[in-house]
Amino acid sequence: MFQFTSEQFRVKVGLAEMLKGGVIMDVTNAEQAKIAEDAGATAVMALERVPADIRKEGGVARMANIGKMEEIMRTVTIPVMAKARIGHFMEARILQALGVDYIDESEVLTPADEEHHIDKNAFRVPFVCGARNLGEALRRIAEGAALIRTKGEAGSGNIVEAVRHIRTIVKEMKQLTVLGAEELVHQAKILQAPLELVEWVAHNGRLPVPNFSAGGIATPADAALVMQLGAEAVFVGSGIFKSSDPAARAKAVVQAAKNFDNADKLLEASRALGEAMPGLDIAKIPEAELLQTRGW
Amino acid sequence: MKKVGVLALQGDFEAHGAALARAGAEPVFVREAEQLRSLDGLVIPGGESTTMLKLLRYEGLSDPLREFARRKPVFGTCAGAILMAHAVSGPAQESLALMDIDVERNGYGRQIDSRVATIDPEPEFLERTAPGTLEAVFIRAPIIRRVDPGARVLARYQGDPVLVEQGRHLAATFHPELTSDGRVHALFLEKL
Repeated sequence: MFQFTSEQFRVKVGLAEMLKGGVIMDVTNAEQAKIAEDAGATAVMALERVPADIRKEGGVARMANIGKMEEIMRTVTIPVMAKARIGHFMEARILQALGVDYIDESEVLTPADEEHHIDKNAFRVPFVCGARNLGEALRRIAEGAALIRTKGEAGSGNIVEAVRHIRTIVKEMKQLTVLGAEELVHQAKILQAPLELVEWVAHNGRLPVPNFSAGGIATPADAALVMQLGAEAVFVGSGIFKSSDPAARAKAVVQAAKNFDNADKLLEASRALGEAMPGLDIAKIPEAELLQTRGW
Repeated sequence: MKKVGVLALQGDFEAHGAALARAGAEPVFVREAEQLRSLDGLVIPGGESTTMLKLLRYEGLSDPLREFARRKPVFGTCAGAILMAHAVSGPAQESLALMDIDVERNGYGRQIDSRVATIDPEPEFLERTAPGTLEAVFIRAPIIRRVDPGARVLARYQGDPVLVEQGRHLAATFHPELTSDGRVHALFLEKL
């Protein structure tokens, strides 16, 4: 059951509150983690390969190497997040035992269970999960996610899917706020989400947990765009370390997250950045290779 | 109505804005030095202190904040308290040195060690606000390792100071903005 007021849930959401207005960066080793921290990242996400490489190399993508994660945790003082496969509650339990600060039950890795997500309420460590729409977000929250992020299309360097997802979630929340009690019951069926959560969103006009954006952010302008659309912070995956000058780009995206409403400062942050990561046209990605359709 | 700034570089500044509004002040989200001029006080929120330090430097806000603190009250929570401290350890990093306290970052450990605790504030806190225990939300919280003898400890947890007042300034290692108890913000507003 949802326990928004339970101490454990408040502590989980509390850390997400502290990450607002910031940038969480994907890193694959301690050296990258240090670059991210020095640039002003609020947290790093440890994974074996960045999404662009997972896409290119294929194969099964799993939880990162323990030794690498330990090295990252020793190297930086900011929170360290790590990815577990969808439904792989044993990877999650190992990550909890390791002491990571947040677990991302992520569609970027190869799903371990094609029906069930992890029962996140059973963990003391908080979870973040991806969503493309409100129904998906609320199902993840019902399972215990303390933070939602858009899925976007990871590793694509293309912001269009993250924009679609944040706009969809925000629009669907707005629509709920004008519905009557009997209409909310019907919407809960359509959203395939618990009525109690649907009613909460209808009453408050927002998610009961922070709402961040991920999947395709490659430039300071991309970060500012999703924040304008309602995201409260951003995750940048391949966008930093697949660019030509990671340190400069990391700094610029951090500045963009703070100045997302100030075009003059965004212009300043966008100067002298070198090349952004190569981008992919979503329409040219074969259906079976889309990451965003993973998760149920 | 008192106008109170909330440093909005990064972190839970919106939660502080809401807490200040509930306590009867007008919150102003501060992103530029010029905004400091019209304020009666300033809150430095929770967040990542390393990120805030970098943005302070990038935006050229450190000196204006120190100058503001010479005239007006500042209240820091968690990362805010770290920025206000004289010396920071675990590891060492720069700070604004607005208060004569030393803090150790992530003093309790990682997120798994974050917690909600019920604490008994010192009698002085209760006299100046209202009776009752205080719910303290600690998120990867720092520990205050040294307090200037002239500073007043208003609450402790496990023997360590968690709410400290020195002159016009106030620092908490927990997050009163994440609870419905408005007494800590009310205490700060009393100082304006």
